[in-house]
Amino acid sequence: MPDGANDMNANVPVLDVRNLKKHFPVRKGLLRKVAGHVYAVDGVSFSIARGQTLGLVGESGCGKSTVARAVIRLIEPTSGEVRILGRDILSLSKDELRESRRQAQIIFQDPFSSLNPRMSAGEIVGEPLLVHGIGNKKEREERVAALFDRVGLRASQMGSLPHQFSGGQRQRIGIARALALDPQLIIGDEPVSALDVSIQAQVINLLMDLQAEKNLSYLFIAHDLAVVEHISHRVAVMYLGRVVEHAETRALFSSPQHPYTEALLSAVPVPNPRLKRQKRLVQGDVPSPINPPPGCHFHTRCPYATEQCKVEVPPLVEVAPDHWAACHLRKPLVAVV
Amino acid sequence: MSPPPSESAASTIGGHSESGPAANVSFDAELARAGANVNSRWGMALFLAKRYPLGGVGLAIVTLFILVAVFAPLITGHDPLATNPSISLAKPAAAHLMGTDFMGRDLFSRVIYGARTSLAVAFGATLLGVVFGVLIGLASGYLGGWVDLTTQRVIDMLQALPTLILAMAMAAALGPSLTNTIIAIAIPKLPSIARVIRASTLSLREMPFVEAARAMGMSEMRIALRHILPNTLAPLIVLATAGLGSAILVEASLSFLGLGVPEPHPSWGRMLSESAAEYVRTAPWLVIFPGLAITFAVFGTNLLGDALRDILDPRQRTSN
Repeated sequence: MPDGANDMNANVPVLDVRNLKKHFPVRKGLLRKVAGHVYAVDGVSFSIARGQTLGLVGESGCGKSTVARAVIRLIEPTSGEVRILGRDILSLSKDELRESRRQAQIIFQDPFSSLNPRMSAGEIVGEPLLVHGIGNKKEREERVAALFDRVGLRASQMGSLPHQFSGGQRQRIGIARALALDPQLIIGDEPVSALDVSIQAQVINLLMDLQAEKNLSYLFIAHDLAVVEHISHRVAVMYLGRVVEHAETRALFSSPQHPYTEALLSAVPVPNPRLKRQKRLVQGDVPSPINPPPGCHFHTRCPYATEQCKVEVPPLVEVAPDHWAACHLRKPLVAVV
Repeated sequence: MSPPPSESAASTIGGHSESGPAANVSFDAELARAGANVNSRWGMALFLAKRYPLGGVGLAIVTLFILVAVFAPLITGHDPLATNPSISLAKPAAAHLMGTDFMGRDLFSRVIYGARTSLAVAFGATLLGVVFGVLIGLASGYLGGWVDLTTQRVIDMLQALPTLILAMAMAAALGPSLTNTIIAIAIPKLPSIARVIRASTLSLREMPFVEAARAMGMSEMRIALRHILPNTLAPLIVLATAGLGSAILVEASLSFLGLGVPEPHPSWGRMLSESAAEYVRTAPWLVIFPGLAITFAVFGTNLLGDALRDILDPRQRTSN
């Protein structure tokens, strides 16, 4: 086991991301010359403490999933720094990276395409053990059976193929696979978005139970704010590749500081027909990340936009204790130099 | 709170022509919905035979030819190579069911033993083509970049030539022998197999289960063999079966042109070419029986191939 894998120092964040960038080149023409870049993730920073959940929210195409894949190097980030349990992930060699993958696993959105249709559920869940050469055949089988039991599946279903399970059960298989290596960090890339509402609740509860039991940290990506509010300790809001607001969950939902967060929250349906709410719906579409607007990315849709917003990128500053926002209209607690 | 359908789910529903992994992803589930007993192999086979009667006929013909090839010595008492000038060009009769050729060889046993040659060439060429086609396609699709670019251009060049012309060129270059005929027929098969595997690989390598394998630290080689290759099998089986018929036909054509399997192996194609010009009027059975053998062998493999295509890859269906 490499140094740092058993680091139980509670002060070291499980995941620490600094100024993460991922620019995808856009190639054009016969010679495939780089014609521009998609700024999918453009300077994102956050950290997650042990046993905590960070909810990452934003519209489709704002770079949430790219963040998820970049922090475990499923795609190589353009620049930035990612530390898992204090260990710099981006500087690892291939072999070191393979070993360090035990600490962070991922759960995907689509419970259908995330499981190999030709492998049995037991093989799928046991595969991480096989890859890392953990235990012999019998021990692995016992471990898989225990994992099945833990995520609410019957061990007798180990021989079944993925298509013989329902969507919720398949997602449980995906969770069991992610748990197999006993990771500290689990990245959920919209893990419940493809499920029915009733199944969503079951899977969310399973994830929360597992967190309490194993002191797991989650990076939970979603576009459903109700789900995020329920599961997250902290929430970061992304817009066009940048974090625009970052705070403790209650603070963010009760007093959003960024106009975009405000708009997102006002778009959440409330199951009360008599409740009158002030509508603050944002107009228009998300601008293209190939050619993002200058200044504050949100100024093209912001009802409060000023001249300053069109030219100057607002930094992410602390506008209230432990509440960060990137908006020119908010005064920072302490003046930035 | 209705999430948009994921891309892969959408591609399962929408039918685009490039063969991808989606066809086999829901194969068993689809059959089960249609009422097949998925848990028993015999139940499935029975269901499929009922639903695709022509495929059943094709399978029966192919099986028959295989049995004939395997048990050739038991079926006929005559040596296919023994000459007997005294009964040269005998008409079909009880002693010689299909008559004899100009050297007095028993035509029936020559046709029976010819099945060995034809099937050996057909299966050999298909196997060879599949093994190398899969390797090339997998490497091309999975590695991408310049590997992909170069192999695809070479494949373009191979595909520019018609199958028979390419096979003739290869056979002429390699010289006549059974193995060389197999190689000559396998090479024109490479491009289509490599293309199909590449296309499947390209879409499969973006699948979340491949990402999951990478996230757990699996090596790329192992991902390609364990997660990608098995999911390309359905279109591959279809292509390989459909190619059997054309392999038989190309072998017959090569032999007809004198570029194929040399003596002493009896070959349907050469039997035709030996007899067609001189004896077609005087001893038509010399042309009819080998011709029928070729026709039925190709017909059977084509029926089987069509049925397998319908079963395993419904999106490639052209009619109904």
